[in-house]
Amino acid sequence: MKRATQWTVMLVAGCLAGGLVLMQFSPAGGEEASPAFWLATFVLALFAVQSIRRMAALDSGRVYGTLTAALFGVWVIFFWQLLVVAFDVPKVLLPPPSLILQSMSSHGPTLWGDFVQTVLKAVLIGWTLGSGMGFVVAVAIDRLPFLQRGLLPLASLTSTIPLVAVAPIAVMWFGFEWQSKAAVVVLMTFFPMLVSTLAGLKAAGRLERELMHSYAASYGRTLLALRLPAALPFIFGALKVNATLALIGAIVAEFFGSPTSGLGFRISTEASRMNMPLVWGAIVVAAVTGSLAYAVLVQLERRAAFWHPSVRES
Amino acid sequence: MTKVVVRGPIARWSQQGLPVLVILLAVLLVWYLGAWLLNAPGAIERVLPQDGAWRWQDLLAATMEMQRPVLPAPHQVLQDFWSALVDWPLDSPRNLLFHVAVTAESTLWGFVMGTLLGLVLSVCIVHSRTLDRALLPWIVASQTVPVLAIAPIVLVLLGSLGFAGVAPKAVIAMYLCFFPVTVAMVQGLRSPQRIETEMLHTYAATRWQALWLLRLPAALPFLFPALRVGIAAGLVGAMVAELPTGAQAGLGARLLTGSYYGNTVQIWSALVMSALLGLTLTTAVAGIERLVLRHRSQA
Repeated sequence: MKRATQWTVMLVAGCLAGGLVLMQFSPAGGEEASPAFWLATFVLALFAVQSIRRMAALDSGRVYGTLTAALFGVWVIFFWQLLVVAFDVPKVLLPPPSLILQSMSSHGPTLWGDFVQTVLKAVLIGWTLGSGMGFVVAVAIDRLPFLQRGLLPLASLTSTIPLVAVAPIAVMWFGFEWQSKAAVVVLMTFFPMLVSTLAGLKAAGRLERELMHSYAASYGRTLLALRLPAALPFIFGALKVNATLALIGAIVAEFFGSPTSGLGFRISTEASRMNMPLVWGAIVVAAVTGSLAYAVLVQLERRAAFWHPSVRES
Repeated sequence: MTKVVVRGPIARWSQQGLPVLVILLAVLLVWYLGAWLLNAPGAIERVLPQDGAWRWQDLLAATMEMQRPVLPAPHQVLQDFWSALVDWPLDSPRNLLFHVAVTAESTLWGFVMGTLLGLVLSVCIVHSRTLDRALLPWIVASQTVPVLAIAPIVLVLLGSLGFAGVAPKAVIAMYLCFFPVTVAMVQGLRSPQRIETEMLHTYAATRWQALWLLRLPAALPFLFPALRVGIAAGLVGAMVAELPTGAQAGLGARLLTGSYYGNTVQIWSALVMSALLGLTLTTAVAGIERLVLRHRSQA
């Protein structure tokens, strides 16, 4: 290990230990904080900034980059906790992270029910249906340039339209249950998939196409062996965008009316009841779901399109 | 397989305009068909004589002019849309333009603030290794998270601090615009080639000069697509911010009151209006893009 690395590791470890010690002395609810506490907090903040700067200056690889970001996250959460408790900030404004965690664990079954309702039913089904239909339609109109020229401009325009706004109509048609949310998600995910797949099917190079032509490969054969694999990065791109869109669609659609469970329902009702720790808990669930879905899709893309330059480079 | 490139207005019309028109007509036809099929049960039950003395023409006419249709026919939506535009004074909450103005105001404020914030932050990130390594991964990761879910918290938070009206909605639109702008600008500010930055270095240009003369112009093509994404996201944010009770005006509130009172036609015309607003805002950004980048050669 290099000298600079050693120093940084020691600095970070020291700061974290100092932080833990300081946490012990933080004033309990309502108690006036002593000047010594403020001084210690200030010094610790300086050291924390220094530790991130030293870490960022380390010059090697992606591991340190990730570690720096993680350290920054740890410090943000630490000072959030420390300062919110020390200043006795009202829970309505900003609950400390410990309270959010506590509320998440005590409302575990509720949040799990919300997760099942929103993510496993509305998002997963809507995302699969919407993306699948977009893909199928794109492949189906691949041989119909007239339809393509007609559909593509309109499909691209839909990205500028707030499609979530169909939620009240979906609720009227499909009821309060998850079906109406899935319908909104289908509508939101269909067009990005259609546009991306159409672009992806055009991505195969001229040389490769002519090679397939010289092999006397049929249309279906060329599609399966050349053009669909070449379209994979585009398709995965749309799948990733759609994962976020689907979560947003389902959550916002629940703001318009829903049964008594669901992440969006939880967020809006508990916010109106000023139960902020649980609102933050539901948001944490949604955020973790979004990042996990993205990570899973990135891994799948690595497996499926391992040969593609865009995957090999990263 | 030879492709003939055709030029001239008529050829371009048959190449681009005609297919789009055909699709639009097909959508209209499907819509009418859907209105007929979906409204038929309701019409038979409520509008037509109970003894079954009606012909299919009566059914067709009834489904086209339902009071509270399941799916309003396009001309009903158009009528309601038009009457909402012209039959009421501009400052009346029954006029759609009033709601459009409310929503557009908060969207634009949020868009401007979010863009400025994104620009400043991206300049800081490009010039500071610490911020680049500590902050940027979080901003990139936030793209995978439904940040719109925080909207109710922002509303409660700003509400309890005493802000009402435009401010909370603009803040939500702002943070939705801010993420894409920051990510794209960091990419754009880094896009100049090494040889170009080194040349400025040999001219003894300061960091500010390098930023102003090289990095910012190079980043513009990255900025505008992000702005288009940002303003569309900001509009969704502003509309969602109008949902909770208390918001009396705006397209989001209009959608919500429509769904409370089961006024389907009103929902549909608000939907058409929000689509038009989204198109207008994005077209405006695209127009600015063309104006700013008009001297660039297409590479």
